[in-house]
Amino acid sequence: MNDPAERYAAPTVLLHWLMAALIVATFWLGLTVADMPLSPTKFKWIAWHKWLGVTLLGLLALRLLSRALTRAPALPATMGTHARTMARLGHLGLYALMLAVPLSGWLMSSAYGFPVVYLQLFALPDLVAKNEALGDALRDAHTVLNWTLAALVAGHVLAALKHQFVDRDGLMARMRLRRR
Amino acid sequence: MKKTALFAAALLCAPLAFAQQVDLAQSRIGFTLKQLNVPVDGSFARFSANVVFDAKKPEAGKADFTIQTSSINLPTTDAVVEAKKKDWFNTAQYPTARFVSTGMKAIGNGRYQLSGKLTMKGITRDVSAPFTVRDAGALTLVEGTLPVSRLAFRIGEGEWSDTGTIDDKVEIKFRVALKRGA
Ligand code: HEM
Repeated sequence: MNDPAERYAAPTVLLHWLMAALIVATFWLGLTVADMPLSPTKFKWIAWHKWLGVTLLGLLALRLLSRALTRAPALPATMGTHARTMARLGHLGLYALMLAVPLSGWLMSSAYGFPVVYLQLFALPDLVAKNEALGDALRDAHTVLNWTLAALVAGHVLAALKHQFVDRDGLMARMRLRRR
Repeated sequence: MKKTALFAAALLCAPLAFAQQVDLAQSRIGFTLKQLNVPVDGSFARFSANVVFDAKKPEAGKADFTIQTSSINLPTTDAVVEAKKKDWFNTAQYPTARFVSTGMKAIGNGRYQLSGKLTMKGITRDVSAPFTVRDAGALTLVEGTLPVSRLAFRIGEGEWSDTGTIDDKVEIKFRVALKRGA
């Protein structure tokens, strides 16, 4: 039996909520700049969008490390095989997109010939050589991956709410910030 | 009167008659600007160059470049469209930019100093840059970097004069390929 009081490891929980907040902010910033005409403000916001995205890439590395080094609490025994498979696939997809989304953004930036200079402090390596057509394709990829991520996040949130209010199996507590 | 004017014009043009042949395909006029510390490269695809340079007599050297501003290249199409607008190069009103040298001298170690007048957007400023000269096959390559203040030429007006987003300092990088023996 699983211990209902068991949580994910503290770093995993912290990173989960920090990344959730930053992903929402970065997503919103991305949508906003995509519709802006060229202006100094647009350049500044794109820069912040890139820095936040690269930060998320770094946080993802920490999160995977924390996830690999600690044990995830067992799923509620009440969950059926189908639900367990869905949860596993969903989480796998979220991890994959948390990697693919910022990576496609970085690739796009390199392809357009704009190196990423993190926080104006140091230049990240260019992932591909300058090529505007490739940049356009990567931009489309970035958009599609982002909407896939958004859909998966929506499903993730709905599933969590179902556990909380329909199944009432206390699953959300596994991600709570503080020990009870 | 008319004849004197013609004679004077002929005299002024005279040095250019001896200009070395420039291999434009091997020559390049590029620049690097900094946008929030991100180096962004650009160039001008079309320009003409009249250059006279003899390493034995650098003081007698001359250079005259005319750049077609609408041939500007930047990483993205959006940026190229923007750069031709009024706030930037205003290519409709100022189709050319020009550099005319006023002096050259050797500064040692195979390096030389070039001074001259640069005109962009109807504004003329004195500028100066070091350059190097080296042989590459049948060509003599003259290469240098000329730092300019974009605001001195009103390149990037209005909201774009904010140097926090795009630095005032722009480095113009030139490479002129002279055909030797021509
Ligand atoms: C988890 C991280 C990220 C999220 C959630 C995200 C989200 C988005 C979204 C929603 C858009 C708008 C797409 C559209 O409507 O077409 C966008 C655009 C963009 N993103 Fe990201 N992004 C992330 C990371 C990055 C990174 C790391 C970079 C580059 C280093 C980047 C560079 C861009 C660029 C250049 C655009 C286009 C902006 C424009 O219209 O010029 N993104 N992003």
